[in-house]
Order: sequence, then C-alpha cells, then structure tokens
Amino acid sequence: MSQATESDVREDGVIDSVSGPVVTATDLDARMNDVVYVGHEGLMGEVIEIEGDITTIQVYEETSDVSPDEPVEGTGSPLSVDLGPGMLDAIYDGVQRPLDVLEEKMGSPYLDRGVDAPGIDLEKTWEFTPTVEAGDEVGPTDIVGTVPETPSIEHKVMVPPDFEGGEVVATESGNFTPDETVVELANGEAITMHQEWPVRQQRPAEEKQTPTTPLISGQRVLDGLFPIAKGGTAAIPGPFGSGKTVTQHQLAKWADADIVIYVGCGERGNEMTEVIEDFPELEDPTTGNALMDRTCLIANTSNMPVAARESCVYTGITIAEYFRDMGYDVALMADSTSRWAEAMREISSRLEEMPGEEGYPAYLAARLSEFYERAGYFENINGLHSSISVIGAVSPPGGDFSEPVTQNTLRIVKTFWALDADLAERRHFPSINWNESYSLYRDQLDPWFVENVREDWPEKRQWGIDTLDEEAELQEIVQLVGKDALPEDQQLTLEVARYLREAWLQQNAFHPTDTYCEPEKTYRILDAIRTFNDEAFDALDAGIPVEELSDLDAVPRLNRIGVQEDYNEYIDELEADIESEIQELY
Amino acid sequence: MKKEYETITEISGPLVFAEVDEPVGYDEIVEIDTGDGDVRRGQVLESTSDYVAIQVFEGTQGIDRNSSVRFLDETMKMKLTEDLLGRVLSGSGDPIDGGPEIEPDERRNIVGKAINPYSREYPEEFIQTGVSGIDGMNTLVRGQKLPIFSASGLPHNDLALQIARQANVPEEEEGEDDEGSEFAVIFGAMGITQEEANEFMDDFERTGALERSVVFTNLADDPAVERTITPRLALTTAEYLAFDKGYHVLVILTDMTNYCEALREIGAAREEVPGRRGYPGYMYTDLAQLYERAGRIKGRDGSVTQIPILTMPGDDDTHPIPDLTGYITEGQIMMNRDLNSQGIEPPINVLPSLSRLMDDGIGEGLTRGDHADVKDQMFAAYAEGEDLRDLVNIVGREALSELDNKYLDFADRFESEFVEQGYNTDRSINETIELGWDLLSMLPPAELNRIDEEFIEEHYRGDEQEAEVTAD
Repeated sequence: MSQATESDVREDGVIDSVSGPVVTATDLDARMNDVVYVGHEGLMGEVIEIEGDITTIQVYEETSDVSPDEPVEGTGSPLSVDLGPGMLDAIYDGVQRPLDVLEEKMGSPYLDRGVDAPGIDLEKTWEFTPTVEAGDEVGPTDIVGTVPETPSIEHKVMVPPDFEGGEVVATESGNFTPDETVVELANGEAITMHQEWPVRQQRPAEEKQTPTTPLISGQRVLDGLFPIAKGGTAAIPGPFGSGKTVTQHQLAKWADADIVIYVGCGERGNEMTEVIEDFPELEDPTTGNALMDRTCLIANTSNMPVAARESCVYTGITIAEYFRDMGYDVALMADSTSRWAEAMREISSRLEEMPGEEGYPAYLAARLSEFYERAGYFENINGLHSSISVIGAVSPPGGDFSEPVTQNTLRIVKTFWALDADLAERRHFPSINWNESYSLYRDQLDPWFVENVREDWPEKRQWGIDTLDEEAELQEIVQLVGKDALPEDQQLTLEVARYLREAWLQQNAFHPTDTYCEPEKTYRILDAIRTFNDEAFDALDAGIPVEELSDLDAVPRLNRIGVQEDYNEYIDELEADIESEIQELY
Repeated sequence: MKKEYETITEISGPLVFAEVDEPVGYDEIVEIDTGDGDVRRGQVLESTSDYVAIQVFEGTQGIDRNSSVRFLDETMKMKLTEDLLGRVLSGSGDPIDGGPEIEPDERRNIVGKAINPYSREYPEEFIQTGVSGIDGMNTLVRGQKLPIFSASGLPHNDLALQIARQANVPEEEEGEDDEGSEFAVIFGAMGITQEEANEFMDDFERTGALERSVVFTNLADDPAVERTITPRLALTTAEYLAFDKGYHVLVILTDMTNYCEALREIGAAREEVPGRRGYPGYMYTDLAQLYERAGRIKGRDGSVTQIPILTMPGDDDTHPIPDLTGYITEGQIMMNRDLNSQGIEPPINVLPSLSRLMDDGIGEGLTRGDHADVKDQMFAAYAEGEDLRDLVNIVGREALSELDNKYLDFADRFESEFVEQGYNTDRSINETIELGWDLLSMLPPAELNRIDEEFIEEHYRGDEQEAEVTAD
C-alpha cells in the first residue's frame, strides 16, 4: 500500500464508536474512500460513508482494544497501490503490503497491527535504459524506458496516465531507485519508475476490442472443449472439495499469459503457502524460467481482516492493468470471489444497510460487473494491444448455483466451468462437468485453433461433444435397464465415450508430464480415440460383436497417453496396434 | 483500573448495555457484580462514547439495573504454562479438577493473530492414525485441519478417541528421545452432554493420555455464550504448546455445531441482519479465525493439527455450518448413517471425504510410492461399485456383466474389510495399502488404469486373479 504523501492538509477526527471492523469518527474532514489511520496504533482504514458529522470507516486491521476518543488521522488520498519494478515475485496482503517485509518488520510469524510497508522496495536500485531521447514527444502511458525486472519480464517504465506529457528534455541510463527521476519533460513533469494509482478506479485505455486468441491453459478439458480467450472472463463455481483451487493453481502455473496475478481472497493459509513454496520451483513451459518470475501473489487468508478482503481483488486488478499498459497479456485468478462478496455483505450489515438477496448488499451485481468489466482485450492509449483475462472462482453455499453470487457472475462472464462434486467424488479431475459448462468464445477462437493446431479441430471437437452428449442420454437408459440391454452400436458409443472421459478429459495435475498438455497433444489424444471409434464402428457394421471390440488389448493404452512425454511416437504405434487388432477380428 | 458504573440501561438475552463516560476498548473484558457477591464476566461487543454493549459469558440471569459494571482495561487472556498438561479446565479456562490454581508463565490474548502465510511451513508430514479409511484414502498430515462431519447418533466420538490414541508419525517411534517432538492433545468440549464428556475423560484416564492433555469443558447446561470463547482458549493453549514449547498438538473441538448456535444466539440478541438460516453473515470469518489457527511455522518445532467435530443438522452437508466449515478446512471425514447401521466401524464414507493435503503427504519416502495410485484406483472402483448398486436394485445382479459383478463385490469387500476395522485396531500404513492391493486384485489388471504398470507388476495378486477366472 502506498504511503499517502500528496495530502492536502485535512483535519483529524476522534473515534466515536467501534464495532468490529467498522469504526465511526466525528470531526473528521475526509473524502469518500480516503485512507485514514485509526487510533493510537495507526490502523489503516478507508472512509466508506459520510453522514452529517459522522464518518464511517472500514478498518483493514483487527480493532481489538481500540476505544472511543482515540484519534483518527486523514491522509487526503484514496486507497492506492504502488506500481513499479519489484512487484513480480512478490507476495502481498490485501492492501499491497509485502508479506516478507511484514515478517521482518514485525519480527514474528504472526501478523501484527499498525505496521505499514510500501508495495515496492523504494531503496532498491534498478538498471534503467531509456527508449526515448531528448526532443522526443511523449504522451500519457507512453513507454520511456525499460528495466530488466526478472529473467522473463522486462519492466516498461511509462508516463503516468494522469500526466500531460510533452517533450523530453533530459534522460540517461543508469541505476536508480524507484523514486528518482529518470526522464524529465519540458513542462516540468518528472517521470520516475514509481507510480501510484487508486485501486477503485480503472486505468484508462483507448478502446476494448474483440478477443480472438485463446488463453492456452494446458488443460485438455479447457483448451479442448471450453476455451477462454486472452482478454476473456471465466467463472469456476463449485462446492467445496470439487477442485476449484487446484484448477486455479493449474491455470496460474500453465496459462500462456505473460503475467499472472493470483489473488487468494479469503482462502486457506496452507494453500497460499503451497503456492509460495511451489511456484519458485516450477518452470514456465514457454520460457524455461521460474514461474514466480512472472507471478504476483496477493494473499488475504480467511482469518485476515475482512475489510482487506474486500479490497484485495481491486489491488489485484489494478496491478494487472499496469502490466496491461506495458503491452503484456495478463491473467488474473481470483480465488474466491464469493469470499469477496461475503466481505461486502459483512461490511454492509455492520453499516445496517438494507439487505438485498440473501443478505448481500443491493449493489452486489454492480460491483461484480464493474470488476469483470476491467478485463478485456484492449488497445491501450500508447497504441499497444494487450489483454487482461479474469478467472474467478465462486464458492456457492451448498453447491447451489442459484445463489446470488453465482447467478450475478454468470450474467457477466462468457466462460463457465462448472465443477461437479460427483465427478470429484469418483476422483475424475479436473472435475469440470462437460454437460453443464460452456464457452461463448468457441466460435471466435476457432480460426486460431484451425490455423495453429489442426484444420479439423472444430470438427473433431464437435464429434467429441456429440459423443459425450449421446452418452449422457444413454446413461439414463442404462440406469433403468442395464448396459447389456442396449443395441450393440450404442454399447460401442458408451465404450468410446468412456475413453473420452478417462483418456481425454481426465488429467492428473500431480503427474509431472500430464499436468501440462499442449494443444497438439490435446488434439492427438482426441484423434486417437476417434481412430478407435471409426475402426470399431466399421468392424461392428461388418458383423463383429461389440464384446470383442471392447476387449481389445491395445485400446486401454489410450488412458496412458497423458503421461507420455514422447506422445507422438506412442500414439502412432497405438493407432497402428488398434487398427491391426481390429483387422484380425474380421 | 477504570471506575465502576451502575448505569445498566438494558438487558436483553446475553447482552447488557451500560452508559459510560470514558472510553472503553472494543473487546475489553468486563466484570459485572450482581450485588450478592456473584461476579459474571463479559466482553465489549460495541463501544461508543456514550454506551457499551457487553456480551456476558455466564448468563445474564440475576443481573439488574443496580448491578455494577467494572472494565478491566484488557482483552481476554489465557494463562499459559506447560503445567497445563494434565489439567481439566472449565469453558472459561478456570481449573475444575480440584487441582491448584494455574501459575502462568505468560498471559496471551485469546483472539489469535493471523499467521503470516509467508511464515508458514507447508504441512507434508504424514500422520498415521491407524484407520484405513483415513490413512489410505484421506490421509491426515501434521498442521492440517480435518473435521469430522457427523450427525446425531453416529459414533464420531469413538473415531476421535481412536485417532487421539493411535496418531503417530511412523519414523519417530524409534527416536523417542527426540525432545522437540512430544505429542499433546487439547480437547475443547462445547455444549456436549456430561455423559459424552465422561466418555472422553474415562478414555483419557484409562489410556494415560490425560497427562499429555489439556481439557476444556463447556457442557450442555453451561452458558451458551461461554462456548464462543472455549475454542479460543483451547487454540491459544495449543499455539503456545506447539510454537513456544515444541509439542505436536492435536486439537479436538466438539461440537462445532453448538458453537455456531451460540454465535447465532448472540447475533439475534444484537438484532443483526441474519445470513443463511439465521446464522450471522460473519460466521465464515469467525470460523476461519478458529480453523486457520492450525498449521506449522518455519523454524518452530511444533505443529497444531485440528480435528473439529460437527454434527450436521438433518445429515445435510449443505447446511451453513458444514458448508462454511468445508470451505475453510482442508477436507473432511464424512460419517455415514447407512454404513453405521450395517455395523461398519468406523462408518466412514470415503467418497465424499477428502484430504486436501494428502497429495503432498504421501508417496515414496513418506508412505509408499504406490499409495497415490492405489488410492485413486480404489476411489474410482468403489464409486463404480456404488453406482452399480442402484442398478442392481432394478435389474438384479444376473442382468449385469461379469465385470460389473466384480465391481459390486469390490464395493462390498471394500466396506466390510477395508473401512471396517473396529475402534481398537491400529493398522500400519503398509497393512492398509497391502489390504488395498488384496481388494484391487479382484479386478482384471486392465481395469487398473490409474495405477502405474510397474506397480501392478510388483503388487498385483496374480494367483487370486487366476482363482477368480477358474471360479467363473
């Protein structure tokens, strides 16, 4: 969180009442959404309501032992994040305080109160190389230089969006701290590597365009059936234990975005620790560098103060927009947006606002759509094209998708990955239900798949979908009369569909090879199953009984393709074996 | 010390409102003297410059307008010392075993601070509970929070006691002299009956576990509001023993449902806007503040492992209490009424059960290299068998294929041999996995598609397979 510096002098107030995270103060001269420091310990808070002389503040830290009559100090600036080199590889709490710095400052493994720390290290020097020279004209968000931030990412230093811009009068390369001027403009504006931006305000862009490139996730069920676009939005709702977090982690690990922002919003402490421990050791499949080099983590665990949970998604999306301005494709995972909505509900109920559906505030839908609208494929003001994809997990109570957070989210997002407790129970992972899920990006992304993977990608995929649909219908009959009562061709369809489920849709996130599946491999597995399908149906037409066709030795090897590193060779051999075995039956 | 007030303006349920003319801290502890020498303790729920709202732990009965209110200038603290081991305390932390007063080394705020995720150590140390349904299928690791989702009339207490008795980390058995890794049990009872409490106490005494335990008891007839502090006292003690004294602490909290009822009672008395089914909207946050106090910390020897027990009203796991719990904890162990009536002990239904930390806690060097594969295959096979049971009811066993019949047999034997073991059998992880292989070998090897071929070659019971074939 940035220390408010630019304050115009404001009057300080006095605490009137304290009730959990909500504090009211009198005589405080503050604007709506200004950051204030509450009490003798200076707990950080934000103004959320002003009524007469009473200012209501939500406090981002625990308020135990805070009492009336303690002072409240205004800062005169809204909740902002520090933007600059040093954000990648970092792990923040909900108001962008680096957790490693907090540990050091507090000298304890527990999070204490009243300790502030800037979001980026203001002492550290970075090697700046200008990309402009004296005499050049620059405007807002134009790139003026670069900093090698991590081995994978070059940080672009930009003119802040609220600057006027103009002619460059001086710049030089060298090592600077984030607050030192690196470029001077003729109108006196001094550009540093450090910017601040209020989290609740979208960073401006030129225009939003239709996304046409998929965000490849390396997960067969997603890339193959329900792809999301770079710049798209997706929701993953599911009851507890259905694998939301593992799916989010998989996306954070393998999605082919340049930058990944992972917002752990009200989730488990041990899970965040897992991310912190795992990511630095994982390799980015495209660059070979550590995954952590392109990742920024925001961790607000479920036992951290609720107000900071409310702000953490905004912190995340603001950082995402900053990287978007540099021309990078950013993917933001929010796990879970339900906790964020619940934080809104909790604050709203402390304010005694009139509740909407299920106690959620009436503005729930507006806040959700505001947030998801910050995603998209943009043309930036500086002319670069880049995207923010947002993937939000939703945790519906009791797994009931009709509740307000799921419903309001579904009205906005275009990809829906429905997690299914039944699938999870039988350890079919990722437990994404192929009948309920959808992606509205399929058509606009097909040209990409046709061009970059295989020409018949859409056609093969449709075959897979049809087979799975048919299976779902047949299963209902099987439930009544048993499988053996079906005609032979339908029995064979069930057999093929089983391989689609087990060999193609299922994917082991914990297997070193199977955890990431490139689109080519996704295609080839599907195609191998199709080969079996075609050969087997031909044989069936020729009068070979279905029992013999479902008892072939080679076919179960389909299930092992996922774990093969040299899959092309394996599949070639397997397809040949299936063909010859079926030929022998004639 | 602040002055005493005799300014009570309103008493409503567990809440007392009093006027004040000096600032009182939020969460501060209050003593209310009823005038006849009876002193009740409470906590400030809301503090304004004119009045405070106080939640009274021991009930408001007998308090009147003339009762005096004294503010103690501090928040609720737990008296901590290693000598707490072997003691039995009330739900408010006072000794009730007739022993001496507690001489604290330290007093600590019971509202624990959040552990910095950066300072946590990821839990991946396997705990062997000796229960196949847990060790084999939903493994517990040190620092995990794994609740038991049960319902009225199910033997969750027997299972909890069995875990408390048998839990150990296999390699450490040889290194008993390793001083940093002693084991301790903290038992927090909230609103359970005297009879249930006796069951626990008798077992603790019988097995000698009491001397390495601290027991907090709030019984069914104790004040409900007190239940909101009992788990916090228990967890503060657990953190002290784990992270200051290096114990591996197992915390059993029972019954979380009663805790949540108490939260609802306070919420209703404060006229808060209720969330689902009348429970307060902040129940998720509140429960998280308890459950998240499990874990390990870098550079500290001890660990806090939690096994909260909750009874699902109407066996409904979508009820807000199990639902919110499941979203916070790292999995759950589900008890099942059908299995119980079949006499399966413990009646664990492994399919909806889950241990989220399992994958990192098992495998070569931790349990066995084939553990994960065997587990996955058994889950899949049991689920398949369960599905087929519905079908058998309609078409009969004869109408099913030979393979389907094998799956049905697998599901039956899985329940009657793998899950069923009785509350006094302590199975090693090796026995559990071998038993798994015994059962999986009922199926043809080609069906074992989740298991690496190498393992199948090594462990598959070839002879039994042949016997099966000839039997057909």
